[in-house]
Amino acid sequence: MIAIIDYGMGNLKSVHNAFKYIVPSITSVVTSDPNVINSADRIVFPGQGAMPDCIREIEERGLKDAIINAAAKKPFLGICIGLQMLFDKSDEGDITGLQILKGSVRRFISGKEKIKIPHMGWNSVSHKNNHPLWRNISSEERFYFVHSYYVKEEESGIVQGQTEYGQTFTSAIAKDNLFACQFHPEKSGSAGLQLLKNFSSWVC
Amino acid sequence: MTLSKRIIPCLDVTNGRVVKGVNFVDLQDAGDPVEIAKNYNEQGADELTFLDITASSDDRDLILDIIESVAKQIFIPLTVGGGVRSVNDIRRLLNAGADKVSINTSAILNPELVREASNRFGSQCIVVAIDAKKVDDHWEIFTHGGRNKTGIDAIEWTKKMVDYGAGELLITSMDRDGTKSGFDLELTQLISDSVEVPIIASGGVGNLSHLVDGVKFGKADAVLAASIFHFGEFSIRDAKDYMKKNDVEVRL
Repeated sequence: MIAIIDYGMGNLKSVHNAFKYIVPSITSVVTSDPNVINSADRIVFPGQGAMPDCIREIEERGLKDAIINAAAKKPFLGICIGLQMLFDKSDEGDITGLQILKGSVRRFISGKEKIKIPHMGWNSVSHKNNHPLWRNISSEERFYFVHSYYVKEEESGIVQGQTEYGQTFTSAIAKDNLFACQFHPEKSGSAGLQLLKNFSSWVC
Repeated sequence: MTLSKRIIPCLDVTNGRVVKGVNFVDLQDAGDPVEIAKNYNEQGADELTFLDITASSDDRDLILDIIESVAKQIFIPLTVGGGVRSVNDIRRLLNAGADKVSINTSAILNPELVREASNRFGSQCIVVAIDAKKVDDHWEIFTHGGRNKTGIDAIEWTKKMVDYGAGELLITSMDRDGTKSGFDLELTQLISDSVEVPIIASGGVGNLSHLVDGVKFGKADAVLAASIFHFGEFSIRDAKDYMKKNDVEVRL
């Protein structure tokens, strides 16, 4: 069973719809129950909106421990803010993250090369490693992004994908049983569905 | 490779069917929304916009059914606009499966709605749509399909909407809409240069070079069109091939 963690921020229906469509034989549930999260085989940790609101909702709903426990042992997929929250801290509201990974979350700055913020639309992801979640997905494939902040990791070797937007930023990371991406696989057409399918059978 | 320019077909929906306006009157039927959405997805559309032009409030909920059906089968961003009046309207559309909601007239009647909605749901899902017309040497915002003049300056208004939390702007030139003579490039470029958020150019596309112009000269981040795609004149793929040939970064 795949548990999609619901902490009241944003619409999780599209993530759920995408799993039902691409792996109909696997049960997926949207849940805010720590017991369901504890008993699930796989965890999807989505997120949209502002990171301070997301962290606050997670804490208020008593989900923080369940998320940290799941991230320590089960196949775990973070999406968008669900990637950002894994890190130590964010410039957005100067907030502390879940501190599962070392690094910080920073805002894009429109500098010499003028860029629009949020970074919104289809951008290419260049693979840095041959991770099982990239199976049947080409390097440089485009995925759908919408975000104003990006992660800057401190550990070497966790970067799985990089994207160009005014600068090169980390668009996917992986470590042990964790995989997390800045883009939205549930909104990235067939490439995104392939990634979700890969996640649903990932043995880590 | 970097961020690609988006091509967004717009589906005008009334009473559960897709129609396309010519200057917002004289509607012609072009079919079933779910079938059309699927078809556009297969052609490589980067996003889909549904504009609900249903007049009667009794039939407004039909758009929720449409979005729900489309969101179960199509996994690209979906935007819905038309008749969005309250935070509750926005919530219902997002819950039905919309990724973004576009607010037009209601933002003018109640700008706080934009602030409230972006605080509640995040800027990423709030698009502010404007209908602008040139009046003397500047552009003004019009409502009700271009009939009502508001006296509001378009550039000032878009800046204000971004301050209030709009994550994207959809700019329609009422001088060009339905004319097939191309986007109002001057308007689009002025707005694009004055705000940080992405902008979508709309209104007036008659051929593929208009799409290229919208990006190159209008500085749009995305281009929206309806009739050139609906009646099979050009496919999305034709548009992308043409844009690529003209050095515009596209997703193929």
